[in-house]
Amino acid sequence: MELICPAGTPSAFREAVDAGADAVYCGFRDETNARNFPGLNFSRPELRESIGYARSKAVQTFVALNTFMRAGSEALWYQAADDAVALGADALILADFGLMAYVAEKYPDQRLHVSVQASASNRDAIRFLVEAFGAKRVVLPRILTVQDIARLTRQIDCEVEVFAFGGLCVMAEGRCSLSSYATGKSPNMNGVCSPASHVKYRQDGDTMVSELGAYTINRFGPDEASGYPTLCKGRFEIGDAHGYAFEDPVSLDVVDQLDALREAGVSALKIEGRQRGKAYVAEVVSSMKKALAAPASERNALVARLRSMSEGQRTTAGAYDKRWR
Amino acid sequence: MTDARTPALSLGPVYYLWDGPKWRDFYFRIADEAPVEHVTLGETVCSKRQHFTEPHVAEVVERLEAAGKTVTLSTLAMVTLERESRHVRDLIGDSDHPVEANDLSALGLVKDKAHSIGPLVNVYNAVTAKVLAARGAENICLPPELPMNSIERILQEMPGFSFEIFAFGRMPLAISARCAHARSKGLSKDNCQFICGQEPDGLPLKTLDRQSFLVLNGVQTMSNSCVVLLDELAALKAAGIARVRLSPQDCDMVAVAVLYRAVLDGQMESEEAIRRLAGIYPGVDFSNGFFHQREGAAWIARGRNAAMGHG
Repeated sequence: MELICPAGTPSAFREAVDAGADAVYCGFRDETNARNFPGLNFSRPELRESIGYARSKAVQTFVALNTFMRAGSEALWYQAADDAVALGADALILADFGLMAYVAEKYPDQRLHVSVQASASNRDAIRFLVEAFGAKRVVLPRILTVQDIARLTRQIDCEVEVFAFGGLCVMAEGRCSLSSYATGKSPNMNGVCSPASHVKYRQDGDTMVSELGAYTINRFGPDEASGYPTLCKGRFEIGDAHGYAFEDPVSLDVVDQLDALREAGVSALKIEGRQRGKAYVAEVVSSMKKALAAPASERNALVARLRSMSEGQRTTAGAYDKRWR
Repeated sequence: MTDARTPALSLGPVYYLWDGPKWRDFYFRIADEAPVEHVTLGETVCSKRQHFTEPHVAEVVERLEAAGKTVTLSTLAMVTLERESRHVRDLIGDSDHPVEANDLSALGLVKDKAHSIGPLVNVYNAVTAKVLAARGAENICLPPELPMNSIERILQEMPGFSFEIFAFGRMPLAISARCAHARSKGLSKDNCQFICGQEPDGLPLKTLDRQSFLVLNGVQTMSNSCVVLLDELAALKAAGIARVRLSPQDCDMVAVAVLYRAVLDGQMESEEAIRRLAGIYPGVDFSNGFFHQREGAAWIARGRNAAMGHG
């Protein structure tokens, strides 16, 4: 299985290449990609230089243009696609049908990958994307079990990539407007989720309150470590009960399922984390690379440190394990 | 028959789990009394619920059609299991009714069949709408997240095409493989005991500071606030919207439809309709923030820029 690694900056890109990535994915410094955070992502010259470096080490570069085109501003996304192709991207990762149609028609030889944001979760959906746009690979939404994936790969003529480590969307990706409901900014339209621009921390007695827009996302007692108010990882009240209604603040980790995913016919494992620093990227890429080559019994030791660097310092196999539902 | 310039009213599928008789009686009353031209129905949120309503679909469709309404069958919003794939295929293959595609699997199967696109498919621009129209889509209900700028632009680029706007109801905001509704009651999705049926208008989820925020509806998360686009109907009508969608809540939907019809026909001021609506669907905040390019929960009252009703 290929290891697809994140890069939010040119230096993280270089670290990922050096640490053993088979491909690095990244995006331009604007709303055309789903990690549109301040200080992150690539200018055109930076991407050119990064692709050149990757090429020199036989590593591929995937460019994510995985937000939905704003009506009337399609030219911004078209230009991004044109530039990514001209700069030599090995694949474009797309979510919007309109942009897929543009790329498929204008650049029929360009490899087109379907972003997780497109939410293609079954054979008919994937066959549609292959037939309509010539998709070569689909990144599966994090709503399928390993058994679902094994069945799916046998039914389609398209490579499958799955998320293996890092941030975990609880909701089907590309189909969530929770962030914009509270802040006006969403992954689909703005490339952000629970954006820092709308986050506030407030001290209430000995309680630390984290807010997103006008809403309290969590309250932390004096003995608790406070965390970032990602909407779906907050604590809420339902009836008389308080708790993490959707998911605890945990990260995805499929190291225990590596063999099952390989047997399921998965072509590539994707590491989330374009917003993370270069030290994290280097550590996670090299550890995952070693884990992939190691026998199952040795993997836990190889990734123990990684788990401690994860969100909430705890990890889950998420939807890959049927019991998560 | 309304003239082409006056938008038709359309009733979306019931997103909640209602028991069979309640669901059937709801549609019987819609057939007999509601001034809606189009009805889209069928389980959309969770395939485990299908057996509740399936025994009643035939009689409901018959009653609605006898009342002169066009009926469209809704497909599932999320398809992961073989059983679910089969269900969508059968629905599209066997039915002589048009279907509403709510996920990509249906899109792949509907190519040569009359169909609509539901609000759960990501149509953010006219380029995408044209791709879908070229594959045979006859009506597209745009996602609730779209601002008026985008709606206007899409309509301008596809004059004459039938677009629909989600104008009343709690908004479907997210869907998950995990059932937060069952989880909140100590159950899992696979052993849920259809517990979501206990809340026919969604299970309120509040913040720890007791702000109303969301409701859980099985695997779907919805806004606690109810979208109300009444002040906005005139602008939508001028932009060329073909259909105005009302999404069923557990309130008097006939009365809701009557209000929207009256405002569309210029028989009632929107301000008066909003005031009456608060009596028909009491205790629920209204919102229209997405339309005005704000946070979705915001309520922008006409003539003022103030956001109200974070509740």
